Amino acid sequence: MELIINLTINGLATGMLIFLLAAGLTLIFGLMDVLNFAHGGLFAWGAFSGVWFYGLTNSFTLAIIGAIGTGIVLGFITEKLIIKPVYGNHIQQILITLGFMIVLSEMLKVVFGPNQIAAKTPPLLSGSWEIGDVIIIKYRLFIIVVGFLIFGIFQFILKRTKIGLIVRAGVMNKEMVQALGINIKQVFLYVFMVGAGLAALGGVLMAPYSGVIYAEMGMEFAILAFIVVVIGGMGSFPGSLLAAILVGLAGSFMAYYVPALSLAVNMMLMAIVLIFRPQGLFTAKG
Amino acid sequence: MMSTLLKLEQVHTHIGQYHILQGVSFEAKTGQVSVLLGRNGAGKTTTLKTIMGLTPASSGSVQLEETLITKHATHQIAHRGIGYVPEDQGIFGALTVEENMKVAMRKEDDMARERQEYVLELFPDLKKFWKKEGGYLSGGQKQMLSMARAFVNESKLLLIDEPSKGLAPVVIEKVMEAIVEMKKQTSIILVEQNFMMASRIGDTYTLIDDGATVHSGKMSDLVSNEELKRKYLGIG
Repeated sequence: MELIINLTINGLATGMLIFLLAAGLTLIFGLMDVLNFAHGGLFAWGAFSGVWFYGLTNSFTLAIIGAIGTGIVLGFITEKLIIKPVYGNHIQQILITLGFMIVLSEMLKVVFGPNQIAAKTPPLLSGSWEIGDVIIIKYRLFIIVVGFLIFGIFQFILKRTKIGLIVRAGVMNKEMVQALGINIKQVFLYVFMVGAGLAALGGVLMAPYSGVIYAEMGMEFAILAFIVVVIGGMGSFPGSLLAAILVGLAGSFMAYYVPALSLAVNMMLMAIVLIFRPQGLFTAKG
Repeated sequence: MMSTLLKLEQVHTHIGQYHILQGVSFEAKTGQVSVLLGRNGAGKTTTLKTIMGLTPASSGSVQLEETLITKHATHQIAHRGIGYVPEDQGIFGALTVEENMKVAMRKEDDMARERQEYVLELFPDLKKFWKKEGGYLSGGQKQMLSMARAFVNESKLLLIDEPSKGLAPVVIEKVMEAIVEMKKQTSIILVEQNFMMASRIGDTYTLIDDGATVHSGKMSDLVSNEELKRKYLGIG
C-alpha cells in the first residue's frame, strides 16, 4: 500500500509538470489551430531563467515570477515573429516551430553555457514527511498543489469570465467570434503569451524536481505534452489535466513494475485512446 | 428618399483558386429589407461574407455610409454596426444561451442590459432555455439565438443568411415576425431561398446569378414578373 501511495505521488507530480506544459499547448492548438513544437523551448527557458533568478534573489517566489515573465516575453516574440506568418499552414508551422525549438535550445547554451546546471530545492520545500512507511516528498506535493491550483484558476477564468468565454467560443468557431466584433488575433496573442507563461512555470518547477537542467529538456517534455494533448482532446483544458495525470501515473508505475516499458507506455496509452476515442477523452468543440 | 446605407460596386471575391463573386453591385437603403435572391451556389452567402470581411473582396468596393470598409478586418466591420447571422447560425455549442449572449454583448452597462431584455422579448423561447447549452437547442431555437446575438448590440445593418432553412412552417412564421420587428430598428440584408417569405418581408431585391448581379429593383415588381422568377429562381 505504501508503495502504491509513493508511486501515485510521484506520478501525480510528474503529471502536473506535463500538464503545465500541455495546458498552454492545448489552448494554442484549440484556439489558434497552431502546432507549436517550440513550446518545449519555452519550458526549458522557464527552467533556466528560474534557476538564474533564484541564484540572483535567493527567493523561489521571485524565481517563479521571473520565469513566468520570461516565458510571457518569449511567447510574445514567438507569436509575433514565428507563428503569425504561418497561421493556417500546419506544415509550415511544424517546420518553423521545430526550427525555432532548436534555436531556443542553442540560445540557452549561448546564454547559460553548454553544460548541465544543478538546481536546488528551496529550503522550505526540501525534505519529506514520513507517515508510517509512506514518504511524502514535500516538493512533489508542492508541485501537485500548484498544478491543481493552476487548473482551478484557469477553469474559473475559462468558465466565469468574459475573456474565458471568448477563448472557449474561439475554440469552437473563430469566424463567428470575429463577426461578433472581437479581435481574435489579439486574443490569439494573449492566449499564446499565457500558454508560454504556463510552460515556463512548468520549467521552473521542473528544475528542483529533477535536480539538473539542460538545454534539450524542452524537447523531451514537449513530446510528452503533445501525447497528453492528443489523449485529452485538442483544445480541452480538463482533458489535458486528466491525460497528464494518466501519463504521469502510467510512467511512474511502469518504471517500477515493468521498467522496460516505461518509455513506451505513453505511446501505448495514446494508441489505446485513439482507437476507442479518436477525438480524445474530452472535446472542446461545440 | 431613403439614404444609401451600404453600397457594393463591382465586387469580385476569390476563395482559394475559385473566382466566386464576379461583379456584384447593389445598394441597401436605410430602414429597408434588401433581399438577395438566386439559385444555390449563385454567390449570395459569399456576398454576405465579403461584406463582413470573412472572405475579403479581391477587387471592387464595399462602402458603409461614407466609409470604405472593403479592406477592414471582420471585427472592425462589426464595430461599425453590421451584425451577422450566418447560414449555419454559428452557435457556440458548448456555451449556454446566456454565455452565447454574453460573448456577443460589447457593453455590460444598464443600457446594454435593457437592450438584451428588449431582444429577449422578441425571442421569448430563449429565456426558457437560458441555461441550456447551445448545442442542445432545436434548429429554430438556434436560429433565434443567432439572430438575438446579432441584434443585441445596436446595429445599423443586419446580414441574415437563410433564416428559414430547415425550419418548420410554424417556426418560420415566428422568425418572420421577429425580422419584421427588427426592421423597425435596423436595416436588413436578407438571403432567402423561400420566395414566399422573401417577398412578404423584402422591400427590394437583388438577383445574383453565377456570382454577378443580374437584376435589382422593388420586390413588388419582382413578384409580378413571372419571366424573371422563372429564369433566375426556377419558380412561377
